[in-house]
Amino acid sequence: MNRRVAITGLGAVSPLGVGARPLYERWRDGESGIEDGLGRCREFDPAEFLSTKEARRSDRFAQLAIAASEEALAEAGWSGDGQPPYDPERVGCVVGTGVGGLGTIEAQHDVLRDRGPGRVSPLSVPLLMANAATAALAMRHGLRGPAQTTVSACAAGSDALGAALRMIRAGDADAVVAGGAEAALTPLARSAFAAMGAVSVSGVSRPFDARRDGFVMGEGAGILVLEELEAAEARGATVLAELAGYGASADAHHITAPEPDGRGAARAIELALEDAAMAPSDIDYVNAHGTSTPMNDRAETEALKTALGPAAYEIPISSTKSAIGHLLGGAGAVEAVATVLALQARTAPPTLGYAEPDEGLDLDYVPDGPRSIGNGRPPVALSSSFGFGGHNAVLCLAGR
Amino acid sequence: MATTTVTRENVEEKVVEALAELGPEPAQITPDATFESLDVDSLDLVELTQVVEEEFGVVIPNEAAAKLTTVGDAIEYVVAHGS
Repeated sequence: MNRRVAITGLGAVSPLGVGARPLYERWRDGESGIEDGLGRCREFDPAEFLSTKEARRSDRFAQLAIAASEEALAEAGWSGDGQPPYDPERVGCVVGTGVGGLGTIEAQHDVLRDRGPGRVSPLSVPLLMANAATAALAMRHGLRGPAQTTVSACAAGSDALGAALRMIRAGDADAVVAGGAEAALTPLARSAFAAMGAVSVSGVSRPFDARRDGFVMGEGAGILVLEELEAAEARGATVLAELAGYGASADAHHITAPEPDGRGAARAIELALEDAAMAPSDIDYVNAHGTSTPMNDRAETEALKTALGPAAYEIPISSTKSAIGHLLGGAGAVEAVATVLALQARTAPPTLGYAEPDEGLDLDYVPDGPRSIGNGRPPVALSSSFGFGGHNAVLCLAGR
Repeated sequence: MATTTVTRENVEEKVVEALAELGPEPAQITPDATFESLDVDSLDLVELTQVVEEEFGVVIPNEAAAKLTTVGDAIEYVVAHGS
């Protein structure tokens, strides 16, 4: 039996607002959520989703994931009686993150230093642990199947969706609530990324442009409801798109730099295509990792040329990070949400701020506004994520 | 560290204030209210003991904290063990 995976719900909290549609629509319309060189979720108010007690018991990255999950489950029609429409033991949960509750770690370290070990909060560990968002969603929604967390830096969100896809295909679960979350706009993380020269000094995210000078740090969460396709159709769910394939690889090259020829990334793209039984000519849109760092955007361009061949020059490629910055472990999931909506609308949003071509970066980065995709048939997209440490994760998403 | 004199009034005020920060509605926090009814669990109680220790210098060991079932129990403990 060949089990396929439907996407039936989307949720996002991003610098472009609370909600999947605001993310997609504002990006498509050329709006940026970046302010003063940071992509903060300024419109997010935890009190809209969490009681005082719940808010105290979750780090910001988990709060963002909870808010995104509420939207995703509501869209999937799961929110009615507080139970998933499946045996709860057959519903999994996978939420990726780069680092987990970093804000909690920093705050509690301040307490330790300033007030002594006896004042460190008993909630520290459950808040800071990287699996806290996964645990929070499983508890909140009564998901009793496999629950785990992917931690692969900026590929974590895509790896989470890949792990969920395989869980359903393998028959370990009939549905999985999956995505990624990050809230690392903390003094330590900002200083650390700045020290390694990864973040933009200009504070502008302009992927693939000759003037790009690093990524803009962002925060946010994306959560998707995945269901085994036949089961989703049987219960009358609206299938938004299909998660058709996943490919993953490691560069085994350098702790931060990608392989300059993008060989590892290319292999992940090829594996995702193979997994989805698609050819390069089937791809209508690429939602690129596109971080706006000099190295990533060049290596990614090389990887796309290697994996897609001549088709790479024909496919519109845009980067969500041009509008929201880099959401680290949340990036892959938030970008998958945006990609699904692009497939639904058959319209690829542009790479904002792109104006000056760089030598060798000669693909179609969708510089001039939204672009129609699919030629009247359901379009297919790739969404790429690459993480420090050389993690490459690529998703293939098929429209309906 | 302890700055506040242990009187029943002071302790009651501080315990109610600390519990309210954990989530329960202030009106529900009466001496007769059980921690269970207030949805205050063992992790919350540790936070309460930290506040009490800092405020009044009264240490509530984990074994003793585990035996506190009502808000009044906590207040009595601090009053009884305050210098």
